[in-house]
Amino acid sequence: MLRLPHFQVSAPTTVEEVVAALKEEPGARLVAGGTDLLPNLKHRLEAPEQLISLGRLTSLRGIVRDDAAGVLRIGSQVRLAEIAADPQVAELFPSLATSAGLVASPSIRNTATIGGNVNLDVRCRYVNQSEFWRGGIGGGCLKSEGDVCHVVPKGRNCVAAMSSDNVPVLISLGASLVLVGPEGAREVAMADYYRADGLRHTKAEEGELTTEVRIPLPTTPRRVDYVKWAVRKSIDFPLVSVALRFDLDGEGVDAAITAVQVVVGVLGAKPRQVSRLEAVIGRAMNDPEVALLVSEATFKQCKPLPNVPYEPAYRRQMIRVYTRRAIQALAQG
Amino acid sequence: MPGEDRDRDWQIGKVHRKVDAMERMRGITRYTDDLKLPGMLHAKILRSPHPHAKILSIDTSAAEAMPGVFGVVTGQDFRIPYGIIPWTPDENALAVDKVCHVGDGVACVAAVDEDTAIAAIAAIKVEYEELRAFYDPEEALANRDRELTINPYARKGNLSKHVVLEFGDVEGSLEGADLVVAGDYFFEGTTHGAIEPHCAVAQVEPNGILTVWSATQVSHYLHRELSKVLEIPPHQIRVIQPPLGGAFGGKSEPFDLEFCVAKLALVCGRPVKLLYTREEVFYSHRGRHPMKMKYRTGFTKEGKITGVSAKTILDGGAYSSFGLVTTYYSGQLLCAPYDFGSYRFESTRAYTNKPACGPKRGHGSVQPRFAIEIQLDKAAVALGIDPIELRRRNDIGSDSVTVNEFRVGSNGFQECLTRVETASGWQERRPSLPYGQGLGVAGSTYISGTNYPIYPNEMPQAAVQICLDRSGRARVFSGANDIGQGSNTMLAVIVSEELGLPLDDIRVLSADTDLCPVDLGAYSSRITLMVGNACLNAAQKLRRKVCEAVAKRWEIPRKRVVLAKRMALDLENPERNVSSAEAFAWAEADNGLLGEVGSYNTPKDRHGDYRGGTIGASPAYSFTAHLAEVDVDPETGLVDVKTIWVAHDCGKALSKRIVEGQIEGSTYMGFGEALMEQHIVDPEHRGVHTGPNLLDYRMPTFLDTPTIDAMIVEAADANGPYGAKEAGEGPLHSSIPAIANAIYDAVGIRLDTLPFSPPKVLAAIEERQRRVEAGELPPHKAERTARRSA
Repeated sequence: MLRLPHFQVSAPTTVEEVVAALKEEPGARLVAGGTDLLPNLKHRLEAPEQLISLGRLTSLRGIVRDDAAGVLRIGSQVRLAEIAADPQVAELFPSLATSAGLVASPSIRNTATIGGNVNLDVRCRYVNQSEFWRGGIGGGCLKSEGDVCHVVPKGRNCVAAMSSDNVPVLISLGASLVLVGPEGAREVAMADYYRADGLRHTKAEEGELTTEVRIPLPTTPRRVDYVKWAVRKSIDFPLVSVALRFDLDGEGVDAAITAVQVVVGVLGAKPRQVSRLEAVIGRAMNDPEVALLVSEATFKQCKPLPNVPYEPAYRRQMIRVYTRRAIQALAQG
Repeated sequence: MPGEDRDRDWQIGKVHRKVDAMERMRGITRYTDDLKLPGMLHAKILRSPHPHAKILSIDTSAAEAMPGVFGVVTGQDFRIPYGIIPWTPDENALAVDKVCHVGDGVACVAAVDEDTAIAAIAAIKVEYEELRAFYDPEEALANRDRELTINPYARKGNLSKHVVLEFGDVEGSLEGADLVVAGDYFFEGTTHGAIEPHCAVAQVEPNGILTVWSATQVSHYLHRELSKVLEIPPHQIRVIQPPLGGAFGGKSEPFDLEFCVAKLALVCGRPVKLLYTREEVFYSHRGRHPMKMKYRTGFTKEGKITGVSAKTILDGGAYSSFGLVTTYYSGQLLCAPYDFGSYRFESTRAYTNKPACGPKRGHGSVQPRFAIEIQLDKAAVALGIDPIELRRRNDIGSDSVTVNEFRVGSNGFQECLTRVETASGWQERRPSLPYGQGLGVAGSTYISGTNYPIYPNEMPQAAVQICLDRSGRARVFSGANDIGQGSNTMLAVIVSEELGLPLDDIRVLSADTDLCPVDLGAYSSRITLMVGNACLNAAQKLRRKVCEAVAKRWEIPRKRVVLAKRMALDLENPERNVSSAEAFAWAEADNGLLGEVGSYNTPKDRHGDYRGGTIGASPAYSFTAHLAEVDVDPETGLVDVKTIWVAHDCGKALSKRIVEGQIEGSTYMGFGEALMEQHIVDPEHRGVHTGPNLLDYRMPTFLDTPTIDAMIVEAADANGPYGAKEAGEGPLHSSIPAIANAIYDAVGIRLDTLPFSPPKVLAAIEERQRRVEAGELPPHKAERTARRSA
């Protein structure tokens, strides 16, 4: 078995104590479920001297509907399995219930938290391997020990892939994150949270902790979905990952589309929000052109890289197929 | 050896709980890594980051100086080469002068704990001179530069083994054939994926006895090789195999860790343990050889095979492992269930700079089976013959002789075909399935053990010792390795059947070279037939003694005494009975301590009379038919295998649920190889493995696995205990071509290279569509589609 590096662990019980601990130990890393961090530590992708466990932060474990603020508030320590099974999430945000239920495997969903998942480190076939393996390819890459990129030759920007199933969905739902740091709390739209840089792929500042995910309650009828394709039906990270949201002016399948959101993951470090979809605004949900227009625009704007398995050309083609099929299914009933 | 003067089956063929099931299910089984000995040290191996390099120097001084380090060994401590096949000792426990693949072992440290050992191997300085590496077997074979000969013991450059055998006039038979099907096939390398990584612990007793506990499936061969390499006589070595967490052929020869812990225990005077990381398991490998296969098969217009010509390149990796045998098996094991008429094969194994290949479930014959079964399917289409019917017409039958002169005993292949045909609704459903859906069939055969042991000797191939005691218990001592296939349970079932004891009253002690008679190990599906026969032999001797003692006291003929249900009964008056304990006590009073040995040796009239004619000959052959139903998505290339029906002729199922489990597990394993598994290195990145972990090496999960309908066929064989033959490997083979043939039926594409990944399937579908649009081919199932839309 691969060994973990040596580290100290503290286990504060309040958010304030966590913020204080982060200030005291600038290199410290937060650990919630640990399903992403611990394998990365075993692979020696980082070696923090201090871990701050969030396991005792009982205040961040709730899913609360806040009608006054018009949001559903999900504490960052809520487990993915709880989100997948939560009746409010299923009713208000079915695509999130789907994506949370598709992450990895049951045992990982029972352990992993939403706060950890929105901060999931980006992944690459040349990064997420043992230190010995990275030595074999000649000493790692931009994101590990080395100074080259094995995905984009001569590339100077790390293109490791955002591989969270939930992030594209949350962006499509207009969610934001509450971050608490030494300066207090701030709210950041998830659409603005991610950066196209695999070395530093979020805008979280030093010393900040994600405490909550806020999702605006739907104000119009809508149809949403999340499509994932991976080689296996369990455990795998997504290879095609598309979140869809159509806001409608009525409940029926012939209702007109008033807004559309398509967010695609597993490209580079930042999920892509597909733009120039105005052509479908005003069309009926069940207009056959909608699926074609949206899937074509998605295909054109998304260019997968060889940072995860399977040929980029194939995955690009599949983004179009899966997007089209999902929209056709949404237009069904 | 069908049971002589037996009464009736009270255990044979029933459903049994495995003798170790409750320990396993409760999580209290002690695997090798669970062993903890006082003062035990932990060892780690330094491995090569280079695919091919000379070792110029190794400086271990910094490691040795580290606090907590007790010993360091290098290749210089293991200069005697070994190899599982006595003719090809071509590897050292640690690299002596050069490294041959990424992950080759270079040095090993024993320290007070694993972290210290890891720090110490990092402190070892190795100076390498890198050499050009070969990843393609044909490029390796073409090399003439002696400096670049990969294996340090190779005598013929990068050629590991070359075999050519010809039976009959193949070229003539192909010329005279009505149809010749020619095809090029590629079987990708795959590995075993046992859940338990390799682990070994060694301890030297005060009297000098070296004990090695190892997660091995061949304790006897490990015993021999330890003795050879460490230069310690075998009587001073004890090898124990603790319960195993799977093996599948991946633990069927000695590995670096066993030599390292043994040597370090001797050097340090303390027990030493080494547990592989998952990554190291991928580097030790010994999995399925990638094979490039060129086949030509002649048929009459009635679908009878006239001749088969095969040319195969085996990509062997850096060492021989079982490669000599694999090279023969790639041709020799193909000659049933079909009568070939004539046959020629040429198989060439090359060394390459990759982890060494070896035996994986269905050793050497899964790859050619893939090729030939697609060849047959192509012929069936070309000749307009139902693929099942074409296979029936070529069935070699029972009590027959193959084209390569192997004697086949019982043969239930026809029944296997009928069972899958009926269960799947082949006749009714196949003609009407729409484009995208399809059914495919394939057949196969496998050996129940090899007729000759790995090292030539006249001694029995299997032996078992059984003791009964006055408490009514039986103890069975067997050298056989239970690797999860249930061999200990199989022995308990035989003793139970013969001596009338429930399984709970039988203790099987296995795979401890101090306590148990020698057995050659768990490979080539030999244990049920060979060790089962030895056990039956010993149990029957005891049974006669017990029945005799009871008969004497009841004053009835011995044949009237039945042993069953923990009792001895009078067959004609079952009211008269005594407990097993009482009966054993009577027998012990009459005979002294109740112990018997049984042994088994193979019949020597099964093989061909030519050089290599013994390799692949077996006392009995199993037969299998697979029938797969697939749903292929023509827009994504995804192959959804819905159901696999599999019928397997195991002669006689001694324990029904275990046989079904072996059939299901084998079929599943083939399914994984068909759709996703790839054990490959990346030539673009210095020969590193593309993902030596269970996230990147994708084996199907429970959710991916099709419904498997396992059916047992019983064509009892005169050479098997109660007629039993193997069930552990045969039912893998035809799983893969059945899926390939079903994909053809579904969408009209031939996938002659593995695995059937979605991009590959999609590319083939698109290519076919282009040809349809160009008018070169009719649309697949055009008639059916037209009929449906009409």
